[in-house]
Amino acid sequence: MTVTVRVPSQLRSLTGGAGEVSLEGGTVGEVLKGLEAAHPGFGERLFDEQGNLRRFVNVFLADEDVRFLDGLATSVADGQTLSIVPAVAGG
Amino acid sequence: MDFVSGLRCRECGRTYPAEALHVCDFCFGPLEVDYDYEAIAAVITPERIAAGPRTIWRYRDLLPVVDDAPVDLGTGFTPLVRADRLAAELGLGELWIKNDTVNPTGSFKDRVVSVALTKARQLGFQVAACASTGNLANAVAAHAARAGMASVVFIPADLERAKIVTTAVYGGRLIAVDGTYDDVNRLCAELTSEHPAWAFVNVNVRTYYAEGSKTLAFEIAEQLGWQAPDHVVVPVASGSQLTKVRKGFDELAKVGLLAPDTAVRVSGAQAAGCSPVATAFSEGVDIVRPVKPATIAKSLAIGNPADGWYALQAVRESGGGFGAVDDDEIIEGIHLLARTEGIFAETAGGVTIATLAKLAASGVVRPDERVVALVTGHGLKTVEALADTANPTATIAPTLEAFDAVNDLGS
Repeated sequence: MTVTVRVPSQLRSLTGGAGEVSLEGGTVGEVLKGLEAAHPGFGERLFDEQGNLRRFVNVFLADEDVRFLDGLATSVADGQTLSIVPAVAGG
Repeated sequence: MDFVSGLRCRECGRTYPAEALHVCDFCFGPLEVDYDYEAIAAVITPERIAAGPRTIWRYRDLLPVVDDAPVDLGTGFTPLVRADRLAAELGLGELWIKNDTVNPTGSFKDRVVSVALTKARQLGFQVAACASTGNLANAVAAHAARAGMASVVFIPADLERAKIVTTAVYGGRLIAVDGTYDDVNRLCAELTSEHPAWAFVNVNVRTYYAEGSKTLAFEIAEQLGWQAPDHVVVPVASGSQLTKVRKGFDELAKVGLLAPDTAVRVSGAQAAGCSPVATAFSEGVDIVRPVKPATIAKSLAIGNPADGWYALQAVRESGGGFGAVDDDEIIEGIHLLARTEGIFAETAGGVTIATLAKLAASGVVRPDERVVALVTGHGLKTVEALADTANPTATIAPTLEAFDAVNDLGS
């Protein structure tokens, strides 16, 4: 499956400035591991020591928070978009 | 001159200059404003504060931006009222209500927005934007108008009618999004990357914005004669306000305005239909699991609270508690506050009062404590919630006889 990953401005230094990258993978976790392989540095920013998403990192597959899906094990379909979004304040 | 020494990552501690940054480049963690507290302690006194304006800007030594003409509509120094009649109903002793419904646009959001847009203007931004559940929308649109800035406000399309009118009237762009607040927030977080020249107050200037909530603690302490309360009850949406109220009391102790051993218990109030932080507290876990909100307290309907974990830690460390109340309890909370103290709160205020009642009944909030409950938004914003419970006692013909027939107060 080929997935488009949207990268927030704070992490674009890792992608040479690109806001979107295309990656292969069958699950959200595989795509994000592929992101680390293609652009080293993402892994330590997105995951804690146990390999879970850090609590202030949000990942959305087709605009749905993957925490409402199967987390990193969520299957991805060809052509879907995965967005990495930092936590923001509210009100 | 301000006393900001820079920004610091809450997670890894890396430091940054005081610019429009909100996320650590290294670990992606949220950034926090750092101050030179020794320098502040050397100058700050009750007299210096009392000589300032009767607004949040009297505390400018402890705010992240100093400007002789801040973006201000007269926010803050709202009444702290002794609530003896409510205390008697709840079995409490010394109870106070911080009545933040009387801010210029009717909620505490004027505090955070006044700080955020003053800093944004200083940083050179000309467009103010935000994702909002309504109160922030009002505050951003009004303050942007005041400052002559363009505004772009994003709200969930199903927002209360009053909150739509009280945003649109200021003439900025108001974009209604088909989705929940969490959808709107995610959209804005992504838009921030595409429109770096816009100040999204709760995204790229969030670090400064959030500091405005500290002024609630500053005012409470000053209004109590530079004493701390024993216990404060704070509504929780993103968790930012609760975290910053606690920081505010800690800072006053740090700079010598409160005793060094000041310890304020902080408790959180959530709606049962959106209680991810209260749930984590009652389950004793560290993970705040996001939820899909379903509550009439739309201003608290944040299913994925950015500062939820920090609010959880603050409540645990301070020895406070959490409560979650359902829609009927929220409505009863609004009525209880209105009929005992003459204060009309929005649904979020109903959440605070109903939670206070619950925590008082369970002994978490005690009668021997000096308690402050934060009521942070005006009831006129959410009148729909009371459509069935706030109506005329009777409808009569304009005659003496007709009134006599319904009069239950005698002569």
